[in-house]
Amino acid sequence: MAQQKMTIIASKGSLDMAYPPLILATTAASMDFDVTIFFTFYGLDIIKKGMADKLMVSPLGNPAMPMPVPIPTLIASLPGMEAMATAMMKSMFKKHGVASIGTLLDLTKESGVKLIACQMTMDVMGVKQSDIIDGVEFGGAAMWLDSAADAQINLFI
Amino acid sequence: MSADIKVDQVLDAKGLSCPLPILKTKKAVEALTKDQVLKVETTDPGSKNDMASWAKRTGNEILKVEEGSGTFTFYIKKSA
Repeated sequence: MAQQKMTIIASKGSLDMAYPPLILATTAASMDFDVTIFFTFYGLDIIKKGMADKLMVSPLGNPAMPMPVPIPTLIASLPGMEAMATAMMKSMFKKHGVASIGTLLDLTKESGVKLIACQMTMDVMGVKQSDIIDGVEFGGAAMWLDSAADAQINLFI
Repeated sequence: MSADIKVDQVLDAKGLSCPLPILKTKKAVEALTKDQVLKVETTDPGSKNDMASWAKRTGNEILKVEEGSGTFTFYIKKSA
């Protein structure tokens, strides 16, 4: 069987949305897929140096967010609520033996997944190449398309 | 129980959630030589189907699956 290929565009930088790209990428690599992740817009935060374990989740505008008690939207907008929701989600993950984003990112690199940072969004958001973790390539839409053109699975997250 | 299967390596993946049992299994199987058997223990209920998909995709063979009270034991033969 020829090697299968998957690409993922990671466009979100919140704690909850950083999980799917990294879980799928590491698992696909373990199933012998050739994997590429293209980090763009807020997704860049996942691969900024020292950021992986500082990503946060917001209870605002998310009615599905599990909370010990239902939180009215107005309360969810108060200072400290994001930190609280983030701490709560992290402790839930830990309790259930889910890897942290930092661990998954290490496993992603270790398993040979190709990481690309979107140079255009870096320029717009003032992110320097030196702000990004080692082992990442820099490119744009053409680089992702070239990779995606012969992949069986292409996801936008 | 399973006295007929000779186990070469044991992996304890109990208490871990997706995707760690699969990632650790992959690593452990890679360290084996062809036809050696890895015994993997998990508690993640999703791992039963996940392990089958992983084995199918990587060409390794699950010789046997045992279900205990909240645990799953897989016997995987490195075939690829």
